[in-house]
Amino acid sequence: MSTDSDRSISTLPDGLWTQPQPTVPDLGAAEPVQRVRMPAAMVYDYSPGRARTRYLRGLEHKKILGERCPSTGEVYVAPTGVAPVSGLLTTEQVEVGPKATITSFCVVHIGFGVNAPPTPFVSALFLPDGAAVSLYGTVGEIDYDKVRIGMRVEPVWVDDDELTTSSENIRYWRPIDEPDVPAEQLKGHM
Amino acid sequence: MNDAQGGAELLHAPLVIEYGFMRTTGPVIGAFLTGLREQRVLGIRGADGRVVCPPAEYDPTTGAPLSDMVEVGAEGTVTSWSWVAEPREDEPLSTPHALALIRLDGADTSMLHVIDVPGPDSVRTGARVRIRWAEEPEGLITDIACFELLEA
Repeated sequence: MSTDSDRSISTLPDGLWTQPQPTVPDLGAAEPVQRVRMPAAMVYDYSPGRARTRYLRGLEHKKILGERCPSTGEVYVAPTGVAPVSGLLTTEQVEVGPKATITSFCVVHIGFGVNAPPTPFVSALFLPDGAAVSLYGTVGEIDYDKVRIGMRVEPVWVDDDELTTSSENIRYWRPIDEPDVPAEQLKGHM
Repeated sequence: MNDAQGGAELLHAPLVIEYGFMRTTGPVIGAFLTGLREQRVLGIRGADGRVVCPPAEYDPTTGAPLSDMVEVGAEGTVTSWSWVAEPREDEPLSTPHALALIRLDGADTSMLHVIDVPGPDSVRTGARVRIRWAEEPEGLITDIACFELLEA
């Protein structure tokens, strides 16, 4: 008899590790159990902190809110409450976008996760107008091989009755009829 | 800028990090779980002839590989226990219960499981118990829903 249950589960060369095949009383079972699902989960109550809370409450009203560095004047989004270059606390909330420019992208051929769009799709970084750094998202309403760095886009929001304090309020970004931004202007914002 | 501008209350949400492991059982544990699915309990005979249940793949004393699986009873004797007054999530019973070591008839070692009894006064070492099987067996250890007292 050669069934799956006879197969050695060792990945070591023969003889280094063996498991004896036991003699088992007749259980009358058609299908022996060979593998079991044993998920291991850690359950957290996660808080994004005060700055991200402010940002997410803005998204609930279709506003993209960055925060300004008091030293350099640059606006960071999504804000962490601290300017990453100067290390200073950000002191002013600034609405950016919603129009944005693609600063980088990737064509995804193997999606994973329950919410992954059908492949191929394009994930990209979007620099909202007025911001110093980019947001992550996906590009829609355009063929994947037509996406370019410098392309102008706008967010497509979920229906108003589905708006929550979530980044998923932006379903994807779509191209708008504006000329591309030259790559030189995106230096330092990639 | 203060919290009033961005909303008074700090947001928070459940975050579950889960690894969906699928484990191969090996032939010994696989046979044990297959037995549970058929509402039968298997142990394994150790090098000294003692029956180990739940079965071990290797002798607990000598480490020698074991292969002689034998059926034991669905009834047994409480060898030790303590009272769980406040069950936590994911325990076999959500109501207060006994957590006990139970030696099934025909076995020489005990398995850890819960006994569904109304209060700690109902349990004693030496009490006779039997398996209450899950309504829909799946070939998992949870096919033993819990134990219950044989005599009222």
